[in-house]
Amino acid sequence: MHELSLSSAIVATVTKHADGAPVTAVKLRVGTLRQVVPDSLSFYFDLVARGTVCEGARLEPTLVTGRMRCSCGHEWELDTPSFRCPRCGAGDAEVIAGEEFEVESIIIEEEQDASSSSR
Amino acid sequence: MHHPVAVNEGVLDANTTIARANRADFDRASVKVVNLMSSPGAGKTTLLESVLGDLDGIRVGVLEGDVQGSLDADRIEALGVPVVQISTNSTFGGECHLDANMVRSVLDALPLDEIDLLIIENVGNLVCPAEFTVGEDVRVMVSSVTEGEEKPLKYPLMFRSCEFILINKIDLLPHLDFDLDLFMKNLDSVHPDVETALVSGRTGEGVDAFKKWLVEAGRTPVRV
Repeated sequence: MHELSLSSAIVATVTKHADGAPVTAVKLRVGTLRQVVPDSLSFYFDLVARGTVCEGARLEPTLVTGRMRCSCGHEWELDTPSFRCPRCGAGDAEVIAGEEFEVESIIIEEEQDASSSSR
Repeated sequence: MHHPVAVNEGVLDANTTIARANRADFDRASVKVVNLMSSPGAGKTTLLESVLGDLDGIRVGVLEGDVQGSLDADRIEALGVPVVQISTNSTFGGECHLDANMVRSVLDALPLDEIDLLIIENVGNLVCPAEFTVGEDVRVMVSSVTEGEEKPLKYPLMFRSCEFILINKIDLLPHLDFDLDLFMKNLDSVHPDVETALVSGRTGEGVDAFKKWLVEAGRTPVRV
């Protein structure tokens, strides 16, 4: 997918939550069923982050492997795109992991100030 | 002092929010919306040309998405069907897919009160359109026999995100080494039991199945 516009979306989301504070890290959850290339994302993120509170921040994507659960109780990981239950053959198994694409958390820098109130 | 802040926000949430607003507007106007997707050149527009002339009384409108120009919209307009073109190049920087914001930007131009069914013909692309909901009710995909048997394995998200898959250009089968059984096996692995139809936009073979599906979509009451 086009990681440039995805990076812009990430910077926008992070900026909102950083509330003006410099950001040092952005933790992402990226499911393997989403069409995102983490290396490409990091590359564009660095570019798009310039001049924003995200400048210099580390992008930390955690890849979440696709996982299915069938009504028969069987669960399996999606190393190959095989969505039919290998145990009972049912075709309506549920995706229980692998579709994530979210900003999980960020690390911001806060100034130590005797008079500052804690967040 | 480094301080963690929980965010837990989807990267594409902004698009989803706008898509929901679009959906609400479509529902209010009692219009069912179909998102029609495929790779470039799979035959979406030709298939539309073969079915839009007669949809059993269902009033249809089309929203065309292309990077450049209005060639597809012109073809639909020639059928007497109301059509609006979005050129992603002119206003949206040349996006390779339609997103909810683009669709929202032309809602006023669509005659929603005069149609029962809106077909959004997306930009030809097997990757990005699957990721961007635009407020549709259902998704249809056109896959053509000239694209090879492996396509479902290579683009699982697209093939899984559609409720109906048209396998087009079957008139070319005698000239190809395409293994239809293998394609169907790969498709079943990626999207078990998905509804399919073998069609030819060129000869008209099998397109009644698409017509019937569209009429059904246009007739099913909108859930309000």
